[in-house]
Amino acid sequence: MIGSRYLPLLTTLAIFILAYALCIAQFPNMLSTRVLGNLLTDNAFLGIAAVGMTFVILSGGIDLSIGSVIAFCGVFLAVGMGEWGIPPVLAIVLLLVIVTAFGATMGAMIHYLAMPAFIVTLAGMFFARGMAFLLSTASVPINAPLYDTLQSLYFRMPGGGRLTFIGMVMLAVFIGGMILAHRTRFGRNVYAIGGNVQSAELMGVPVAATTIGIYALSSFLAGISGIVFSIYTSAGYSLAAVGVELDAIAAVVIGGTILTGGSGFVAGTFLGILVMGLIQTYIVFDGTLSSWWTKIVIGLLLFSFIVLQRGLVWFTERRANAAAAAHA
Amino acid sequence: MRILKTLVGAAALAGLMTTTALAADMTVGFSQIGSESGWRAAETTLTKQQAEERGIDLKFADAQQKQENQIKAIRSFIAQGVDAILLAPVVATGWDQVLEEAKEAEIPVVLLDRTIDAPDDLYLTAVTSDLVHEGNVAGQWLADKVGDEQCNVVELQGTTGSSPAIDRKKGFEQAIADHDNIKIVRSQTGDFTRTKGKEVMESFLKAENGGKDICALYAHNDDMAVGAIQAIKEAGLKPGEDILVVSIDAVPDIFQAMANGEANATVELTPNMAGPAFDALEKYKADGTEPPKWIQTESKLYTQADDPMKVYEEKKNLGY
Repeated sequence: MIGSRYLPLLTTLAIFILAYALCIAQFPNMLSTRVLGNLLTDNAFLGIAAVGMTFVILSGGIDLSIGSVIAFCGVFLAVGMGEWGIPPVLAIVLLLVIVTAFGATMGAMIHYLAMPAFIVTLAGMFFARGMAFLLSTASVPINAPLYDTLQSLYFRMPGGGRLTFIGMVMLAVFIGGMILAHRTRFGRNVYAIGGNVQSAELMGVPVAATTIGIYALSSFLAGISGIVFSIYTSAGYSLAAVGVELDAIAAVVIGGTILTGGSGFVAGTFLGILVMGLIQTYIVFDGTLSSWWTKIVIGLLLFSFIVLQRGLVWFTERRANAAAAAHA
Repeated sequence: MRILKTLVGAAALAGLMTTTALAADMTVGFSQIGSESGWRAAETTLTKQQAEERGIDLKFADAQQKQENQIKAIRSFIAQGVDAILLAPVVATGWDQVLEEAKEAEIPVVLLDRTIDAPDDLYLTAVTSDLVHEGNVAGQWLADKVGDEQCNVVELQGTTGSSPAIDRKKGFEQAIADHDNIKIVRSQTGDFTRTKGKEVMESFLKAENGGKDICALYAHNDDMAVGAIQAIKEAGLKPGEDILVVSIDAVPDIFQAMANGEANATVELTPNMAGPAFDALEKYKADGTEPPKWIQTESKLYTQADDPMKVYEEKKNLGY
């Protein structure tokens, strides 16, 4: 029998396949490499940020700062390369150091001050957005040769679709995330903390280092996401990526990770991203529906997944109780 | 005779079929910014109406003020294989890549009501109004209206630093430059809002001898003019007679004011950007006629003589 651990993941997979089949039945054009390429390219920044969010949620936390961090990255790169004249590669390295330190600081505050992650990262969200506004309030274009190179880097798939550089970055981040979550000590520690902090501590899991690592990783990936976003739009804008953190959380939950932590898969988040992208694509293909339907459908999906997760927990507990009663 | 009739009928039918076939062949994707203002809602309504009249299959995508949503929508339009794309860009930068993809797929893109920072071979044409010209039309109307009489004008500016505020001021000043009898005596921002328009007008009235020294009001948009009209009435003067009122935009409420004789003239910022865009696209599709890179929409002047109530009735259901 398949463990209930896998059930949310399989449900998402089934939903994606079914939804895609329905879309193709109505719009045969949706079965094209263009649409597949677009799903990867258009959701690259969201997907990368969602990998970081997966680790945060697996540990039972939350990170509300990533949308603001993405906007900050774009403005920092645009102003850095333009106004300050920093070479592109140096600007990118500098940026990643800054945002990783930012995430580590948030992680340290959460652990050592025993503050809820919600509050600390909410403060981080305002701070990062504020810093972006401080650098520039206008939409600043990025004109670096490096960006032109990266933008024109793509594989042409048969049928005219493009597997772009940023799409490939997202795939690489997902593969890296899977290895990190399921094949390393850090990954095991994240699951342990998410399951139960006290028992993790008793088992000798370095809770402080892991918590700091989780938020540093989330901000680092938000930084990568911000770079990808700036390549995507070739501009930095302090009002960009508002609410991306909420989309990322939605993708993680639709992907079958349980919000209370301890259970879920990075691969599920990838499916969550694809499902959300598919809904948006369908609405544009239809062309008469209000775009707010995207939010409505994602909302309904979220509800049903939360109910499913609750039901699973309830079901396993009952089975465990029944087994205990049988023993007695 | 009968043969002739049948022939004519057949020809007419064939003609009808080719025109409908031509129009029905066209699928156009429209990426709209959002519905943040009444004017934009009216633009969306009119675009849908225009498409329906021409038998164009319009795919509408509302971006909820986000550029990433607009880029996604354009990519989906390309994947879908639409015949043309209309884009009302939310910001000026960051369009090069996606427009190159559209160009590669040989899908013409027409920009609506705003322009972008990109090489102009990436789009077919841009349909926008000329803000300076709008101010010019307003100033010209005032100059014609007052003739040689001395006229002190107060000006309600738009949001400081915004391009409509800068350009509409410039256009108006150009129009009255040759008329020494017309002078702007006071000019302040009313932030494009009704309440600020009223407040600032109150201070103008106080400063100018209770309004007796003011001959005309020029407001950068109708909303501020509507607020100012209220202030003029409260000061015991007759707007439209004691103080002439001219403004820009042509929203429904100003037509009501004109019908009541409280406003004198407005210059239309037409929400029908799609009409000229579809005209250009139809010609381009028919025989490859390249339109000019910039199609300027008409800045039509409406006065009390233009049956304002009728225009109000036409406009009130557009979603302003």
